[in-house]
Amino acid sequence: MREASLGSRLRGDKAFKAGMLALSLVATLPLAFILGFIMVRGASSINWRFLTALPAPVGEAGGGIANALVGTVLLILIGSLISIPLGVIAGIFLAERGRTRLGSVTRLAVETLMGIPSIVLGIVAYIWVVRPLKGFSAFSGGIALAMIMLPVITLTTEETLLLIPVSLREAALALGVSYPRTILRVVLPAGLSGILTGVLLAVARGVGESAPLLFTAFGNPFLSVSILKPVASLPLTIFNYATSPYPEWHALAWGASFVLLVFVLALNLVTKLVSSKWKVQF
Amino acid sequence: MRIERDSGSAFRTLLVLVGLGVSVLLAAIFLSLLLFSRPALLKNGLRFITGTEWNPVTGNFQALAFVAGTLLTSFIALAIATALSLALAILLGHYFRTGALAAVMKTAVELLAGIPSVVYGFIGLFFLVPAVRALQLALGAPPYGVGILTASVLLAFMILPYSASIGREMISLVPADLKEAALSLGATPSEVVRKVSLPYARSGILGGVLLSLGRALGETMAVTMVVGNAHNLTLNLLSPGNTMASLIANEFSEATGEVYLASLIEIALLLFLVSTAINIVGKLIIKRTSAAVHP
Amino acid sequence: MEGAVLAIENLSAGFDGKDVVKNVSLSIPANQVTAVMGPSGCGKTTFLRCINRMHELADNAHVTGTVLLDEEDVYRMNPILVRRRIGMVFQRPNPFPTMSIYDNAIAGYSLNGTRMGKPERDRIVEETLRRVTLWEEVKDNLYRRGTFLSGGQQQRLCIARALAMKPEILLLDEPTSALDPKATAAIEELIAQLKGTVTIVQVTHNIPQAARISDFTAFIHLGELVEFGQTGRLFTVPKDKRTEEYLSGKFG
Repeated sequence: MREASLGSRLRGDKAFKAGMLALSLVATLPLAFILGFIMVRGASSINWRFLTALPAPVGEAGGGIANALVGTVLLILIGSLISIPLGVIAGIFLAERGRTRLGSVTRLAVETLMGIPSIVLGIVAYIWVVRPLKGFSAFSGGIALAMIMLPVITLTTEETLLLIPVSLREAALALGVSYPRTILRVVLPAGLSGILTGVLLAVARGVGESAPLLFTAFGNPFLSVSILKPVASLPLTIFNYATSPYPEWHALAWGASFVLLVFVLALNLVTKLVSSKWKVQF
Repeated sequence: MRIERDSGSAFRTLLVLVGLGVSVLLAAIFLSLLLFSRPALLKNGLRFITGTEWNPVTGNFQALAFVAGTLLTSFIALAIATALSLALAILLGHYFRTGALAAVMKTAVELLAGIPSVVYGFIGLFFLVPAVRALQLALGAPPYGVGILTASVLLAFMILPYSASIGREMISLVPADLKEAALSLGATPSEVVRKVSLPYARSGILGGVLLSLGRALGETMAVTMVVGNAHNLTLNLLSPGNTMASLIANEFSEATGEVYLASLIEIALLLFLVSTAINIVGKLIIKRTSAAVHP
Repeated sequence: MEGAVLAIENLSAGFDGKDVVKNVSLSIPANQVTAVMGPSGCGKTTFLRCINRMHELADNAHVTGTVLLDEEDVYRMNPILVRRRIGMVFQRPNPFPTMSIYDNAIAGYSLNGTRMGKPERDRIVEETLRRVTLWEEVKDNLYRRGTFLSGGQQQRLCIARALAMKPEILLLDEPTSALDPKATAAIEELIAQLKGTVTIVQVTHNIPQAARISDFTAFIHLGELVEFGQTGRLFTVPKDKRTEEYLSGKFG
């Protein structure tokens, strides 16, 4: 037999560990880079005007993202109004009936929904809303976002509720409290922070989506709060400005990226503080 | 004795209805895609995935170039991401399971997953593209900057959090007594990782990789911004290309004509089917692993 | 002591600054079975794990003292080399689940990167499995996973895995506590057979077992070595009152 020398094995051991560390740094340093760069470049564009003005025509200085900010809020509002109630109820269903046949099928459906590329969901929203209404609208964008947010809320709600001890529920039922009341007045409130986490995660995901909005909300250079008209959104604005040939618009895109990034990362960090497990948001 | 069920039966019905509703939603999504791509399915036939001419003017819609572009960018991204995420998984699942470094890196990876696609695309446009352009100039190739390679590298960073997270969990689940047994035989820490931990966690890691792949296939905005949006089939990493998702993103709002639109919807249908299949297989593997190797 | 292969001097060890093993000095005689017994939590497992330098792998662990293996201080050697000369078998059988029986037996070599031809590998596997009387039972299933065996067989496989490295010392940490009586008896028989060719140190909290199989016994209580001597003598006329109380079941 030929023994590997201890020296070479120990060197290999050190090299392996160093290699793992090096590759991990390669994987994570770009984050620092992205964050740093956008903070630096974007921060300089941020001022009150930027946040409250509408986009200026090409060649004109100034301009802002007010329409995009309002539009994003509108879209998320529509999406949340649909996905939060449905998602929480679906989550309750999975927590209560998850082990039945229908429960397993439902969970499979939810997980499948979560894996559908967002642009495909945008097309579905197009088919269901834009075609019949014969036009782009905030409503169709909201529907697309709702489909994206729903599975996140459902699965985190389920996970949260499963963590609540059975004894809590049994105590309420033993006192003669009806089943719906037990769920709504005892179990849900106990899981509120977890459910809230799910909602925040879903919002963080929805805020950053632009692909499904390309042909639903479509974008709008003006401020609009109508749900039946096209509406701007932050990521759409970034996309349009970034891919344009005008440097002034690029500056606006950096500013918009700054705002978007700060918002999304703040949401992510907040949810991390609320929940202690390390989870990746899908 | 009949169990008192009247109180709350409406509530229970609501639960079931919503539960059913999700499955109905999914079925509706699938059927809508199928139905509205029908004109294209009928006209294009199988040539849809074997032909490379995508020409709205002549009415020929063949998607092989985009299927190839999607597969190419996804698999290259997967290769890069798997190497990086495996390193992260080993580092955080075996060497540094707790401590400041672990916390910082875990947060960093999670934040990477939270960055919106357009922001990645924007950064890619301003940094990756010039870098690739410089590389192309150095190699004597046309300095497009955008292209398959650029998109693949960008994509790699976008998908690595998924396989890293799952991989780390799988490796940290390796029972301590197995690692001790290996150590007691005189193995070095890296030998324990390579010959005991990795084989043990191998299926779970594979599941995570598949999930990453599912992500990669559907990623749209960032790829659109740096892939070059060319319509021809190419295997040259340094030349512009296109993916199914970025094609839809670019052309959908401008598509006129029933067949054109239906063809784009057909591509969406294809995307739906492929990514769903991969996600399901990936999840199944992870579930199977958790049950089998640690009963 | 004459014929001692392992000389432990002033060994103290513990976690978070607190000593679990307090200033133990002991000489382990060669090619005999030495039992280390005591009530739960007395530090006997920690003591054992100090011998092959496994204890220091835990967070916040500390060790002081010397452990001389053939007059060389184990704590001045590279721990990897130490662990090749001292083998360990754990409380719960832990064959590597992703490896076959064959691969498990030879795992010590493959993990260490030792290269050898198949005939030599086959020879070592057969030799070692015969040594633990497992060969006849598994020879037709060598390439099946180790986890398909019964608990007792798995533990014998783990003993084989450790023995394949031809260690001078074999440390057994309560090797039968997770096994049924029949499997326990088989392992005890095996230990009796093995002792002529390897020095065995076995931690046990099973007093009758210690009486049955060991030649020497060390009694540890609250981290201190209370008494050490030939098993027959220690069990019949213990010198220390605490030993007597433990043996008569007053605590433990």
